[in-house]
Amino acid sequence: MSTIMHRKPKPSPAERTTAHKSSRNASAFPSKRLARRYWILLSLFLSGGLLCSLGLLLYNNPVPVQSPSFWPVVERRITAIVTMAIAALCQSLATVAFHSVTNNRIITPSLLGFDALYSTIQTSMIFFFGAGALIGFSGTGAFLTQVGLMLVMSLLLYGWLLSGKYADLQLMLLIGIILGTGLNSLASFMRRMLDPSEFDILQARLFGSVTNADAAYFPIVIPVVLIVSILLFLSANRLNVIALGKDVATSFGVNHRRSVIYVLILISLLMSMSTALIGPLTFFGFLVATLSYQVASTYDHKYVLPMAFSIGFLVLTSAYFFMYHIFNAPSVVSVIIELFGGLIFLTVLLRKRSL
Amino acid sequence: MIKLTQVKKTYSDHVQIGPLELEIPQAGLTALIGPNGAGKSTTLMMIGRLLHLDEGQIQVAGLDVSSTKSKDLAKILTILRQENHFVTRLTVRQLVGFGRFPYSQGRMTPDDEAITSKYIDFLDLTPLENRYLDELSGGQRQRAYVAMVLCQETDYVLLDEPLNNLDIARSVQMMGYLRHVADELGRTIITVLHDINFAAKYADHICAMKHGQIAAFGTVQEIMVADTLSDIFETDLEIMDGPYGPIAVY
Repeated sequence: MSTIMHRKPKPSPAERTTAHKSSRNASAFPSKRLARRYWILLSLFLSGGLLCSLGLLLYNNPVPVQSPSFWPVVERRITAIVTMAIAALCQSLATVAFHSVTNNRIITPSLLGFDALYSTIQTSMIFFFGAGALIGFSGTGAFLTQVGLMLVMSLLLYGWLLSGKYADLQLMLLIGIILGTGLNSLASFMRRMLDPSEFDILQARLFGSVTNADAAYFPIVIPVVLIVSILLFLSANRLNVIALGKDVATSFGVNHRRSVIYVLILISLLMSMSTALIGPLTFFGFLVATLSYQVASTYDHKYVLPMAFSIGFLVLTSAYFFMYHIFNAPSVVSVIIELFGGLIFLTVLLRKRSL
Repeated sequence: MIKLTQVKKTYSDHVQIGPLELEIPQAGLTALIGPNGAGKSTTLMMIGRLLHLDEGQIQVAGLDVSSTKSKDLAKILTILRQENHFVTRLTVRQLVGFGRFPYSQGRMTPDDEAITSKYIDFLDLTPLENRYLDELSGGQRQRAYVAMVLCQETDYVLLDEPLNNLDIARSVQMMGYLRHVADELGRTIITVLHDINFAAKYADHICAMKHGQIAAFGTVQEIMVADTLSDIFETDLEIMDGPYGPIAVY
């Protein structure tokens, strides 16, 4: 290695291809041990999530199994579990894809202003039209309005990426943050003028919670979320390259700008669905994505995305199971998730070795 | 052949690159030299379609880089920038394997794997191939990046300061590899170099830039002239005859 010779004599590469063995390959996992670890953990998390959902369905059911009213209770609980699966899918996939597209693993797609817009819409409803209007602001129409507004806002932001000279992802994020902060302060200004009782009603909506969800939205949400997730999964190979950065991706023949906008649109669909369905979950996506990078130990999105979903589902179902049935404190679930997420955020930042 | 016609890039009223007129012949190693801010990297990035050009036309092997599909260009030319930082954690093997992306679109065939092995072996990375990039020294990492772009098997390879942060031994080694790539694989290499003597020793052609213009283009013998280089670098330097050709002393 250290021979300092001019024109180091060596066999030409063509002669040395014989050195290639089929055992040498650039698979997603550098070793068999890591691959095995991945599959074991993935099945562990998935079964953990299923176990917790089973627990949520059946545990502590006020009516005995033999009773005819046992199943209606279960059916109601199924809505909550489907909501958790949707939220886990949306938040985890959107965050992982967002990290890869922005080449930055310490931000969340909420930076594009989804949460801020959601809280502004909710707050202005109660501010301008009173508590009755906010309670009445539900149903498919209200849901679609919110999704539509969030999509329009994010698409306007992405338009920035198409605009000639200052088209820049970082700049777009900055503008998203500024817009989000502006909306948030507008909302908090309005909140200051509310009655305490109105504020209380509002507060319940502003914490992400599966109880906010209504099964009436499922016929819209489930197909959209499933299709978008499949599209995102199909872009896994492209995401792998985009994660290497704009220059490398371009050099490999990927149309960087077009791919980024495509993925960002998928992300907004997921984020707006999830936010309109259950409300803001700021740290949840980040928490799940960060954990899945640590656990999956591969760059390949084909593996990271399912891992992120399974962790997200496990976190949500276990948090709800424990809070509802063990600690009897149903309303603090999102607080717990956010607290947990915040702590993980700090730990990761402090020992940022392999973020 | 790479052909630049009236290429212009304007950053502001005071900072402008071009108009550039240049023809870089096929095969061999061409070194881009010049003082800081001369526009070497900008020119390289415009050829590599990483930077949009404001006016003019760049043709690589007869294809216009602004209008040809990026996908098709990826099989003809590749570019490696000076700074590479990845958020994902990759092994050497995975990184080099990415070079096959224009052909495999992420689904590696046995042929792609064999080609990947070939370039890992070529750059003497075989014992390191399952190591993560963050476990390598700067020189080893640089070799892995070069292996990645070579693995793309393009006729034209553009490198922006591949010797950046390498010690003398690693620099000599790296230039040896590049020379081999040019001679034995028949690739055309265009590289930005800061050390004139490296350019003189290893390049076939030298393109000198200054103030956003091409100051001189020619063979090593034509460019390694005391007056020309003193003028380009605004420093007094002399050319001596060394054992391997002309040497600049400054």
